[in-house]
Amino acid sequence: MSDSDQLREPAHDPIPGADDGAAVPRPSLPELMLTLVRISVSSFGGVLPWARRVLVEDKRWMTAEEFNRLFAVCHFLPGPNVVNMSAVFGLRLYGVVGAIASLVALCAVPVALMIVLGMLYDRYGAASGISGALSGLAAGVAGFIVATAMNMATPILRRRSGVELGIAAVAFVAIALLRLPLFPVLALLVPLSVALAWWRRA
Amino acid sequence: MKGGGDILLTLVVQFALLSLLAIGGVNAVVPEMHRQVVDLHHWMSNEQFSELYAISQAAPGPNVMIVALIGQHVAGPLGAVVAMVAMCAPTAVLACTVARVFDRYREAPWRRAVEVGLVPLTIGLFAAAAWVLARAADQSWVATAVTGLAFALIYWTRVSPLLVLAGAALVGFLGGL
Repeated sequence: MSDSDQLREPAHDPIPGADDGAAVPRPSLPELMLTLVRISVSSFGGVLPWARRVLVEDKRWMTAEEFNRLFAVCHFLPGPNVVNMSAVFGLRLYGVVGAIASLVALCAVPVALMIVLGMLYDRYGAASGISGALSGLAAGVAGFIVATAMNMATPILRRRSGVELGIAAVAFVAIALLRLPLFPVLALLVPLSVALAWWRRA
Repeated sequence: MKGGGDILLTLVVQFALLSLLAIGGVNAVVPEMHRQVVDLHHWMSNEQFSELYAISQAAPGPNVMIVALIGQHVAGPLGAVVAMVAMCAPTAVLACTVARVFDRYREAPWRRAVEVGLVPLTIGLFAAAAWVLARAADQSWVATAVTGLAFALIYWTRVSPLLVLAGAALVGFLGGL
């Protein structure tokens, strides 16, 4: 038996770890993949809300609590959160095959779309009209990202935590203004910030 | 720039390393992506980066799709697939290996400290991504105004961001940005 089989929850129906006792049958592998494809093509403006809606509310393959815990772990670990989440979910249901199938299902259509859009961009991106629309879109997306950054910063601004604001400011200045490489900046700031959090803990 | 094996290898190494630094998600490494792709490798202009990023955001799918667009631009469809695998595989293996263990320690003080400690870094890096993207996109006063207006509408009203982005594209189309 491979390592992955030990990592997997013991197989039982309904879905492993489902704790509300609702008799939701374990999805078949094709059903799992089709559902992830559906999530990937409908997820304008972020996958997370769609994943929650489909997996928790429509399909009831996991409870809200399980979804939150899974997201917390994947947010804690580095990398694309939602992609990692789908891999872990697939692993729990069907082992390594399930993990790979979930990754492919979530990414295949968007990647194909990116290849097509990227080719169109390379060929027609500089054409007048299209170029203008893309510049406008890029400016709009920048505003969207600034707004998201502000929303993210609101809690630490509200807490008026000098330490947190200081760390965020140092990271911003180092990366955005000084354009320093990310690795040394994180190598310094991650241990520092975690140590400060440890020291401040109640 | 359709490269051979060398450029594919560069993509693999670059994105595999980047993925491991992506604390709190892909947007944390957008400034570093920009630094490498625009400033170091000269694979595309500042403006092209902001436009490709915008396309990846406006289209459906996980926000990691900017990586596929960069790969496609640099080395064609194979580049897109290679870059995506490099960006997703290492951290997916990591997540599958340790997710259960880490879930077990979700109440542990050390894990709380790491989570709390990463929050300000995630915010600082996201703000840096916003800065870098705005600087790249705002090449004229009209573009700067569009960024400001989009920010205001999304931050202070409940208008759908997708509607705002469509409006921004329309302004660019009509206004000859």
